[in-house]
This record gives sequence, structure tokens and C-alpha cells, in this order.
Amino acid sequence: MAVYEHAYRRYAGALTPLAERPRVLVRYTLREIFGSRLLVAYLVLCGLVPLAAAIVIYLHHNLSALKALNLPLDQILPIDASFFRAVVRGQCWLAFFLALGIGPGLLSADLRNNALPLYLARPLSRPGYLWGKSGALVMLLSAVTWVPGALLFFLQAALEGPAWAGHNARLLGAIVASSWIWIGIVALATLAVSAWVKWKAVARIVLLALVFVLHGFSGVLKHGLDVRYGDLVSLGQMNAVVRAALFGQAPPDAVPATAAAVGLAVFAGLCLLALRHLRAYEVVR
Amino acid sequence: MPETLEHAVKEVGTERPSAAAPAPPAPPLLELDGLTVKLGRRTVLDGLAASLRGRAIGLLGPNGAGKTTLLHTLLGFHLPSSGTARVLGHDVRTATREIRQLLGYMPENDAFIAGMSGVRFVRLMAELSGLPPEAALERAHEALFYVGLGEARYRPIGSYSLGMRQLAKLAQALVHGPRLLLLDEPTNGLDPPARARMLELVRDVRDAGEVAVLLSSHLLRDVELCCDEVVVIKNGRIAVTADLAAERASNRRFLELEIRGPQAPSVPVPDGAAAATPAGPGEVESEPLEAAFAAAAQGLGCEVAWSGRQRLKLVLPEGVEVADLYRLAAEREVQIRRLAFERTSLEDIFLSAMETRPRAGASREVPVGGL
Repeated sequence: MAVYEHAYRRYAGALTPLAERPRVLVRYTLREIFGSRLLVAYLVLCGLVPLAAAIVIYLHHNLSALKALNLPLDQILPIDASFFRAVVRGQCWLAFFLALGIGPGLLSADLRNNALPLYLARPLSRPGYLWGKSGALVMLLSAVTWVPGALLFFLQAALEGPAWAGHNARLLGAIVASSWIWIGIVALATLAVSAWVKWKAVARIVLLALVFVLHGFSGVLKHGLDVRYGDLVSLGQMNAVVRAALFGQAPPDAVPATAAAVGLAVFAGLCLLALRHLRAYEVVR
Repeated sequence: MPETLEHAVKEVGTERPSAAAPAPPAPPLLELDGLTVKLGRRTVLDGLAASLRGRAIGLLGPNGAGKTTLLHTLLGFHLPSSGTARVLGHDVRTATREIRQLLGYMPENDAFIAGMSGVRFVRLMAELSGLPPEAALERAHEALFYVGLGEARYRPIGSYSLGMRQLAKLAQALVHGPRLLLLDEPTNGLDPPARARMLELVRDVRDAGEVAVLLSSHLLRDVELCCDEVVVIKNGRIAVTADLAAERASNRRFLELEIRGPQAPSVPVPDGAAAATPAGPGEVESEPLEAAFAAAAQGLGCEVAWSGRQRLKLVLPEGVEVADLYRLAAEREVQIRRLAFERTSLEDIFLSAMETRPRAGASREVPVGGL
């Protein structure tokens, strides 16, 4: 039907599979995100640390370049578990601030404008909606965390040789696993907060408080009151403990990695419970 | 323009019956089977039972009666506490996705997606309903032109007026070609021209014959203009269901006439017309020519009753038309000064339901005492 006919007709064509519907939301959300120049600039900024790390790895394997720069090899960071852990830690914090920019707008705008009934009146379940909305965030957080980490690992493996790769395969697992744990925590936290708080700015403040105020409180508990398990109050600290354990570098004075992992799991569970609040209509009982 | 209804949604739609086998009867649009919905401790819908097959069904009731909750239950937003409902043959308990594929929903409240142009918003909704991106874009343009937002389709939805946002909501409800359109108070907050436009669109969709309409409203006029079947809900129960189309058709058979013959002195009613007088012979005097006219109308098979000196009430039998009465009047030199169809309005039905008075022509689904 051409638009000039201005008459109603039913759609008679083929439909996409149900499983593909959340991907529609991912596509639209990504397009919306890339419409913001500030976020694009920040994403570029997030690539600078891995770029610098790649240069360090390259210099390690290029003696002529080191000579040209007049740098002795022992002044360059060693390429080991600490190197990759430091890169992942930096990228995880960059990912958190990226989530802080993107996350609160994902759900809060829909809640503010009563858009949820429009989505959920279609063959799209609530988990499908959440998956679609968080999919874009998870993709971008991945692009900032484990993807560059894994690329650096493969660069080092390519330059050092397959023997190094085989011997340090655990590092790749640690890069991917520790990044995914942080991505999961950050994505769930941003979604849960934005499901409850309709205003983006307020949601950002709540998220910052969740990470930094609790971190400060954890510091007071641990160092001020000498409570060993004070780390379990801070998301960042719990994640750092788990990450260190994954890289095989758990500090002796920290809480056990298992306890930190359980703490993160409990937090994720609470976020999932908070997301149950998300309904097409709020029921007044 | 209209295509066949057999072009149902492919993924969940109906199968085309074979030429040899007789077509199975189409399932009712809506079947409510003891549907009860409790929100917390509050029973919002209480044992609704009805089977509705109209092309356009009106859901009437005062605010808080449970109309919107019923729509939400059909959409799967609330689970029935007991009983069930079937939409186009699909059970709301077990086939929510299939039902949602077949429905278009226009919510009551202002609802839109911020930061999107009209066409992008409607396209997104179409894609979420399963249309491929290209088809979704084409249909989004068509739907927006159809509802009259063609010129504004590239503007951000946030900049639309309330009336335009209502139309955009209608466009998103129609874009994927649903089989049943759920409209929740579609004329809410609209000024008279916008309201007229919205109702015209709803009638147009209904008359296209490809989509049925379930219109929830507390405005009798909206339902009367658009619907051929009505369900009145009161306190979470069905107070009345009425077939407005049949009601209108039956109303056309009841006539009130005012007739006048040539001036002549009054005489008692003749014996032959005695049966036509409401209160017995001699109590209402009628002129001989008028009485003869009444007798002739009786001869045609009409039921006749005098409601005044020169006023008649008639029920036309099948096969007798108003033109036959004019012919009789001409033959007997009687003037028909006034002829009116006696109409039972939707307001009568609604008020009757609200007052719990039994009324002929409407089926009462729950005991009167229960209301």
C-alpha cells in the first residue's frame, strides 16, 4: 500500500523469530548511544590505556626500538600477570564510568514516559526487554574490558611464541573472567538503580554512592576498626580480591576470595530482586 | 486495499482451511470464563463470564470498574487468580506471546519513547512485533500517514501535542497489523476535533473488516459511535452485555406516529378498532379515519396501541416497511404528521445496568442482587 492511499491494511509478510526481538532493542540502543559525541569521545579515551599497553609489549620485543628510544629493557614494565591485572583493573574502572554515562538512561527514560506497556504489550518478555536494554551496555563494557585485554594477551603471545601462550593460558581466563564479573555487577547495578530511580542524574548519584561511599565505609571498617571482613562492604574491593585470586596474586591480608565472590553473588541477587519491580504497570495494592 | 483475513500472522497465525473440508467456526473474539483477578487482597475482576464475537466491542463502566484491569489481563500483565480468558481462541494463561502477537494495544496514559522521532518510534514498535526492518519502516510511514501524522513523522515525539501523541499511540498499535485492537480510553484529554478524528479512525479501522476493536471507555458516546456490542462492567462484574447492532435493528421496528384525518366531530371508537385502543373501547376516543387507519395497520400485521388521541405506537412485523404505512395513510386520507423510531439508547442500557434494573433486550450475566 502506498502512503497516499491512507487506508488500513493488515501486514501479511514474514515475521522475524521471537528470539531476535531483544536484538532489535540492542540495535536501537547502540544507535542512540553512538548519537552522543561525548560518549564516543569517552570510548576513544578508553582505548588509550590498551594502546599504551600494546606499545609496551611491542617495545619488549623490539630491541632496535628500545635502542632508538635509549631505554634499557629493565626500565620497561615486565609483561606478566601483574601487567595484565593492572590493565584489566584500569579498564574496569573506565568501564564503570562508561556505565555511569549510559546505564541510568536505559530504563529510567522508559519509566518516566510510561513506555514499558508499549514494549511489554508486544511478544517481548520482561527478561527479553532487560536483555535487549542491557545488551548494548554489555557490548560496550566488553569492548572496554576483556576484548582489549584479550587482544593484548594475543599480541604478547604472537610476539613471545606459542610456548608463552601455553604456559600463561590462565592469564587469558583471568582477563576474561574478572572482566565479566565486573561487567555483570556494573550492568546489574545500573539497571537495578535505573529501574527504581526515574531521573538519570539521581540514578548516577546513587550508583556513585553505591561504589565510592561503600568503599569509604569499607576502608573505615577495615583500617579504622580493624574488621578484616570490611572489604565485603565495598563492591570495588570485593571485585579486586576476586580478580587478584584469578590472576593468582591474592594478597595475604585480604578477605578470602570465596567470601568476596559470595558477596558479589549476593549483590547480584539483590539487583535481580530489585529488577522484579520493573512491570508494565505498577499495581496499587 | 483490504486483503484477506487468511493472511494471518505467519508465526502464530491461523492455517488456511483446505477447499474440501468445511471451515471450522472461528473462535470468539473474546471468551471470559469465570475470570477473577485479584491485586493484592483486592478483587478487581470477579468471575467475569461472556463470549463476544462483535467486530467492535465496547467496554463500559464507571472509573475503577475494572475495564483497564481486564485489558491488562488479556495482555498478560496480570495473571488470573481463577478462571481464564481466551483471546481469539488463545488462553491468556498459556499463550501470552501468541496473544500479544495478535493484539495492538493503545494504553490509556501518555506513553512514548523519549528522544525518538515519530517514524522511528513506530518502526521500533513494528520491529519488536516481528516485522523485518525494511517492512517495519514502510509500515511505520504508512501508519503515521493513516492516522494523520504524515507531516509530523520526523519530529521528536516529545514535541508532539497530546492529541498527536494519542494518534502516535494508535499508529504503533496498528503498525504490525493486529487482529484485535485494544483501545483504552482513546479519546482521553482530546479536544472535540481531535476526538472526532480519533473516533473516525476507530470506525474506519473497524469498517476495514480486518481488525476487531475492543474499546474501553467511560464515555457512552464513544462506545455508541464505534461499537456494535457492549459489555458494561460495574464493581468488577459484568452488569450487562448488549448487542448494540441488534438493539439498533430492533429499535427500527418500533414506531410512534401522530396522525390527523380531515376535521370531523368525535365519535366513539368503532368495535373493529377496539383492540387497538390501549385502555379499552371508549376510553381514548379516536377519529373514524384514524381508527380506520389503525385497523388497516393491524390488518398488515402490525401491533397497534393508542398512546393519545391521535397518537399511535406500532410494532412493524417482518416484511412491512414504513412505506406501507404511508401508502395506507394516503389511501385513507390520513396525514402522518410525525413519525419517530423509538430508540433505546446506550445511555438507557448503561443507566439500567448501573441502577441494576432488569431491561429487556440485554442479557444480564450476574444476578441483579450481586451488583
